[in-house]
Amino acid sequence: MDVRMMLATARRVLSQLRHDHRSIAMILVVPALLLTAVYFLYENETLPPGMPRTFDRVGLMMLAIFPFVVMFLVTSITMLRERTSGTLERLLTTPVHKADLLFGYGIAFSLMAALQSLVATAVAYWVFGLDIAGAPGYVVLIAVINAVLGVALGLFCSAFARTEFQAVQFMPVVVVPQILLCGLFVARDRMNDVLEAISNVLPLTFSVDALQEIAAHAEATERLWQDAGIMAAISLGVLILAALTLRRRTA
Amino acid sequence: MSHSAASLTVTRSGGDAAIAAAALTVKLGRQPILHALDFTLPQGRITGLLGPSGSGKTTLMRAIVGAQRISAGTLTVLGLPAGTPSLRRQVGYVTQSPSVYPDLTVEANVRYFGAMHRKGKADMAEAIAAVGLGPLGRRKAADLSGGQLNRVSLACALVAHPRLLVLDEPTVGLDPVLRADLWDRFRALAEAGTTLLVSSHVMEEASRCETLLLLREGRLLSQLTPAELSQRGHSSNLEQAFLAVIREQEAYDGGSPPAQASTGSRDTGVTKQHGSVR
Repeated sequence: MDVRMMLATARRVLSQLRHDHRSIAMILVVPALLLTAVYFLYENETLPPGMPRTFDRVGLMMLAIFPFVVMFLVTSITMLRERTSGTLERLLTTPVHKADLLFGYGIAFSLMAALQSLVATAVAYWVFGLDIAGAPGYVVLIAVINAVLGVALGLFCSAFARTEFQAVQFMPVVVVPQILLCGLFVARDRMNDVLEAISNVLPLTFSVDALQEIAAHAEATERLWQDAGIMAAISLGVLILAALTLRRRTA
Repeated sequence: MSHSAASLTVTRSGGDAAIAAAALTVKLGRQPILHALDFTLPQGRITGLLGPSGSGKTTLMRAIVGAQRISAGTLTVLGLPAGTPSLRRQVGYVTQSPSVYPDLTVEANVRYFGAMHRKGKADMAEAIAAVGLGPLGRRKAADLSGGQLNRVSLACALVAHPRLLVLDEPTVGLDPVLRADLWDRFRALAEAGTTLLVSSHVMEEASRCETLLLLREGRLLSQLTPAELSQRGHSSNLEQAFLAVIREQEAYDGGSPPAQASTGSRDTGVTKQHGSVR
């Protein structure tokens, strides 16, 4: 590990993104717009007294799902370009350590994810009055961990795609099942045993669980930290798997 | 092989070897790409790697920079087996298509690849100036012409001050003025002690090299100087000379005893398959 090379990589990835104003605008603005749509979708619901708004539940989970999906897509395409343009092969003939490259990517996109979730969370709280017990800082934290997970999975999946078209197809394979089974649509304890078992091992499940903890408790709970720890461990594991797909020498 | 034996002694006098190959064999899957190459390249010289497209030039270069696993034989680079991690500090590689980031400026590209070698701003400016792109430093790479992009790619290797510079067809697509300009820079680098291995399929460029490796269908036809090539091919035109050497080799293969002749025909079958795979 060489911190300077890692930071140089993060800086390079960010300045590549900086020249792409449209992507930055989409990363920052689209989640807020979708939250707006969700808010107005449930605007006229009638609730029994004491029941939380659907927006407080669904909107909150979306705050964690956005950075995951967006960072997965951005990372897998960026890394695929790096693989196909020859820059990756060239980098791997330099002294740079594979971990410096991957963590450089992780740092750059996590920064973007933090910005994204700050915008989305601010909109959720201040514009739509998101009402949960826990502090918004924890929501942002979980969103950033989710983004790192998206980055790690994107880096890993890019190894199995030869074209950008294929890379995008990994989204329905890797991302959509996690969104379906994370507890957003159906509470996990109401799923059948097979689906619940699958849901139990999918990373996004832990972030939804963590958000539910934040929603229900004013202070950080033991379970919140446990969920966050498991997600961080999964992200690290996937990053290591991604490192194994970077080959300095081809057979 | 018997042809090259005499010329080997010429180049071996150049001191410690920069690159030494012994029975170097590379296979992609089951396809042999390089067949038992033997050669030694001197340090601080420009060696031309010449041969038709598909002859294995890029594969040999990738093996030298450690990006290609070798199947058999040995390949020693600056005294160490190719692919040794410490060689990554000393070997620069410029791929055939410019491998730079199109969405970054020239400076950002060179600075980034420099950072991978712990080089700073001064090295970046020096490398950009060395390829004559000083005034374009703040331009985005995507906005440059093909020839300029090639030079950015070269600057990204020069910034590390490598002891060995491996350049895959660096002058392809350049106009004659730029090509001459680039060869002058290569010469200056060699005079400063850098070893250069430059591939080309343009035979006129061979005259600018001190040593030549002639590669054809994954076999080393010969290692000689440009003067020896024109002598052996009976032509001052190196392209004509190269063709004559190939014909001479074919006649030699064809005129050998049946056992060797059948080897020859099997080999052409293999290379045909190889050509269709690519």
